[in-house]
Amino acid sequence: MKALVSVKRAVDYNVRIQVKPDGSGVVTDGVKHSMNPFDEIAMEEAVRLKEKGVITEIIAVTIGGQKNEETLRTALAFGATRAIHVKEDGEIQPLTAARALAAVFKKESVDVLLCGKQAIDDDANQTGQMTAALLDVAQATFASKIEIADGKATVTREVDAGLETLDIDLPAVVTTDLRLNEPRYLKLPDIMKAKRVQIEAVTFADLGVEAAPAIKVTKTAPPPSRSKGVMVKTVDELVAMLKQKGLV
Amino acid sequence: MSKILIVADHADGKLNGGVAKVMSAAQAIGGDVDIVVFSDNGKAVAEQAAKINGVAKALTVDNAANANLMGAVLAPQVVELVKGGYTHVLFCGNALGKDTAPRVAALLGVPQVSDIMAVHGANSFDRPIYAGNAITTVEVPEGTVIATVRLASFDAVAEDGSAAIEAASVSAALPSHTRYKGLQAQKSDRPDLQGASKVVSGGRALGSSDNFKVIFDFADKIGAGVGASRAAVDSGYVPNDMQVGQTGKIIAPELYVACGISGAIQHLAGIKDAKTIVAINKDADAPIFEVADIGLVGDLFTILPELQSKV
Repeated sequence: MKALVSVKRAVDYNVRIQVKPDGSGVVTDGVKHSMNPFDEIAMEEAVRLKEKGVITEIIAVTIGGQKNEETLRTALAFGATRAIHVKEDGEIQPLTAARALAAVFKKESVDVLLCGKQAIDDDANQTGQMTAALLDVAQATFASKIEIADGKATVTREVDAGLETLDIDLPAVVTTDLRLNEPRYLKLPDIMKAKRVQIEAVTFADLGVEAAPAIKVTKTAPPPSRSKGVMVKTVDELVAMLKQKGLV
Repeated sequence: MSKILIVADHADGKLNGGVAKVMSAAQAIGGDVDIVVFSDNGKAVAEQAAKINGVAKALTVDNAANANLMGAVLAPQVVELVKGGYTHVLFCGNALGKDTAPRVAALLGVPQVSDIMAVHGANSFDRPIYAGNAITTVEVPEGTVIATVRLASFDAVAEDGSAAIEAASVSAALPSHTRYKGLQAQKSDRPDLQGASKVVSGGRALGSSDNFKVIFDFADKIGAGVGASRAAVDSGYVPNDMQVGQTGKIIAPELYVACGISGAIQHLAGIKDAKTIVAINKDADAPIFEVADIGLVGDLFTILPELQSKV
């Protein structure tokens, strides 16, 4: 069984985001980037399924410029069998990413696409679902437990009311949530070994992918700042303030 | 003029309260607004939807396949309805909306806007990126607008209307690749973390799972949900689903009480929309005090019981 794992390079989750003074976006140059944390969870799950013998081949895929190669190296250090770099320098929005992922999915005849439920940069939470729709296959979003057997997957997903279980036919798309697993620490020998793996490069043209109509960002601003708070010295003062605000 | 369709989320015969908030966003866009209820028997829910002020029609699409709502099954039906001339399709920005909206957009070949938090016009919206650490204003290209609405950003409209209820006929081929197996509802008397108007959270300073009792007790006293920082979750004091923050749950309660939480930026990303933030921490230099509306320096193990006895 073949798994495709989509990994996105994003600003590291520890970075304090700075909006550019001209409102044209956030500062990403010279800022630490890493694999989107939700994609790390997808990657970890694929490796665990491989260790269990359910999955035999893991293909990591990323879409973006040259620097994304680092993210693929990380995926290889996790235990991806192969890596495909869809090279595209411009901004890539979810529907275009989904078209590219659907094309790779078909080309490689994979059984399941695993990816994070969302990327922590655009927070769109769209790409997995869009890919599933374009492929006309099942989807299980926000997975916190995945069992694969007999050409089917039983997925527990985190919904508002609790944990929902779906039974889906493969091929399918599964997007991963925080509770699914805890990604392993990568070992230095694995990181070194990953540096030597040949990465396959393809373009949108190779895949026959057309850019989708795009949403235009006209302005980026910091969120409204909070007004300066007050320090209190005693519990009584705190209680009085909470009562005054009608909060207790 | 815009013609807007809101896809209703509902369960157990009850309309999700978020739908009346999505109506606020729809009214800001302006135009005729219909609400559609997909169900195996949607009359009761449609009656509730028809009361939402501003609704032109409450539509029902009854089909056994809609007994439990799933994105993959809903999407082709929504696409059929859109062909009736809707310019906008809006979803609650919750699990169902997030599951369904992108699938609809992809089938229509149009982009989707996630988490609308303000409306500037029929094609221009604000939405958060980087866990709300930046807000972008976006312009959607010509064509059908598919969007989810961030429920924390809109107030519910009143529900004293009486719109007509109509059965809509939708002839879409529905997939059989997705089967609903069941729902395990979390059994807790405490309010759900994401819907709670008050949340009390504990961090690394709690020191152990047992010590979290002080958080639970205070939360129960004021009827609050309970959250935790990543540090507390990673230390195994409480389960993952209680994590508040950038990679955990992003919440917007009226009152947020952070106890023994230093205030890492990932945690702040999850709470910045709380109306009032109270921080209790031994370390007067903890970054949490920079965002807190009310700060109290001291030992949470003495402060919380005192607080509990005095509220």
